[in-house]
Amino acid sequence: MGRVDKLMTLRTLKISVFVLCLVPLSILLWDIYTANLGANPVEALLHRTGSWTLRFLVIVLAVTPIKRVSGWTWPLRLRRMLGLFAFFYACLHFLVYTLLDLQLDWSHVGADIVKRPYITVGFTALVLLLPLAVTSTNKMMRRLGRRWKKLHRLVYLIAVLGVVHFYWLVKADVREPLIYAGIVSALLGFRLLHYLRGRAPAPRLATNKSLPTDGG
Amino acid sequence: MLIRKRNPSDPKPSEITDRKSFHERRRFLQMSSVAAGAMLVPGWLVSEKAHAATKFQDVKPGPFGTDEKLTPYKDVTTYNNFYEFGTSKSDPSRYAGSLKTQPWSVVVEGEVAKPGRYQLEDLLKGRGLQDRIYRHRCVEAWSMVIPWVGFSLADLLKRFEPTSKAKYVEFTTLYNPKQMPGQRRAVLPWPYVEALRIDEAMNPLAILAVGLYGETLPNQNGAPLRLVVPWKYGFKSIKSIVKIRLTEQQPRTTWDAAAPNEYGFYANVNPHVDHPRWSQASERRIGSGSIFAPRIKTRMFNGYEKEVAQLYAGMDLRKNF
Repeated sequence: MGRVDKLMTLRTLKISVFVLCLVPLSILLWDIYTANLGANPVEALLHRTGSWTLRFLVIVLAVTPIKRVSGWTWPLRLRRMLGLFAFFYACLHFLVYTLLDLQLDWSHVGADIVKRPYITVGFTALVLLLPLAVTSTNKMMRRLGRRWKKLHRLVYLIAVLGVVHFYWLVKADVREPLIYAGIVSALLGFRLLHYLRGRAPAPRLATNKSLPTDGG
Repeated sequence: MLIRKRNPSDPKPSEITDRKSFHERRRFLQMSSVAAGAMLVPGWLVSEKAHAATKFQDVKPGPFGTDEKLTPYKDVTTYNNFYEFGTSKSDPSRYAGSLKTQPWSVVVEGEVAKPGRYQLEDLLKGRGLQDRIYRHRCVEAWSMVIPWVGFSLADLLKRFEPTSKAKYVEFTTLYNPKQMPGQRRAVLPWPYVEALRIDEAMNPLAILAVGLYGETLPNQNGAPLRLVVPWKYGFKSIKSIVKIRLTEQQPRTTWDAAAPNEYGFYANVNPHVDHPRWSQASERRIGSGSIFAPRIKTRMFNGYEKEVAQLYAGMDLRKNF
């Protein structure tokens, strides 16, 4: 297997995943076109774009644990794209809310962000995603160096805010947000455990040290 | 000064349909197209249960109508909050088939001279059924316009002869986890309980509904007997009623018990008093089908201010939300 072959496989993988990430959007657009969004179409769009944002955040957070457990490195190559898709669906979610739900009534949007805790939290998460999206280029990575990794740890907080946003808007049945809370806790707990083990006085057979550490 | 030149293409005054016939025609078309629609919609689109509905004979037009566009039958019967069948909007139409509405009886107890267990047929006997086209405003800030079939709650209550101690009317929904699978989970304290002050219950707007769109209620809409109090948020209009109790003390209602800071006893539609988590100033009218339809302004008492405002004269509606 030559280097070129390997590059081609990675390229194919990236393109396939890219197309896959657009499937939720395509279904959404199809359902808009065929008026198949149910009795409350705007609410349906809000819920679906919101859910996909959370799902992409969860997928992004799963990359490092998957790599550590399986040893695969290819998920790392997809992480930036998956993160950008999380940002993309978050933007769609915000667009549905401002454009379709509130019809660009900015005073209403402003009042919501200030007065409604679940919207405050959701909006904060979106704002925090911005610098991550902006600094996702190779150039920015090189320029920021070590600080890049630190900055991008913000995604932990963003995922937590996303789950809180969901939990706070639900009326009584909190099952679904609690499932997300469980998954995000597990993924963040995995990192915490890894971090604590790394800090503990090194045991003689420190097998975990043989794996390259990764901040993501 | 207003002098308008007639454009040749303008209709002559004699050609303009007068307002009354326009609205009558519109209502007739709406009702008939909907009735036709209800017959033509394939079963999988609505739900099997919705189709078991039978048409009422002899329903008279009732007061308090509105010219607003009716929410399509399909939306009224597939977008429901009825946690007894699940918490998703589509759960009730999917799972309410397991509810057995025949035979059905209602226990009447408390501060009444004539308590007892009454068969539904007995309750309906001699009660003139009326069409009541009401706005329905959910606490979640969406709304519908629904043509109910029902009768005056006041007329029924008088039949049981409330005593002088009867200050409140409490209603209870069926509790039967076998028929109502949503009750297997404690999302809310079951059974569902709602209540009105006696003067609210005696208001002519308050009805007990047995149907919608001229047919018996689909199970997901609260068959066979439900309350409709259109000036209050939808959760007050309790479904599938099995008990009516008249009390001296204010009853503890379900949503108020579940989240007292968010849902009060009165729950009157009020654009000036927000839900702690969202605005109540506007609402999304169900039925346009378009994603570009704007929200509409929510009206005080859901537009029934003339009929009910006097019930709350002098009350602080911010405190008594």
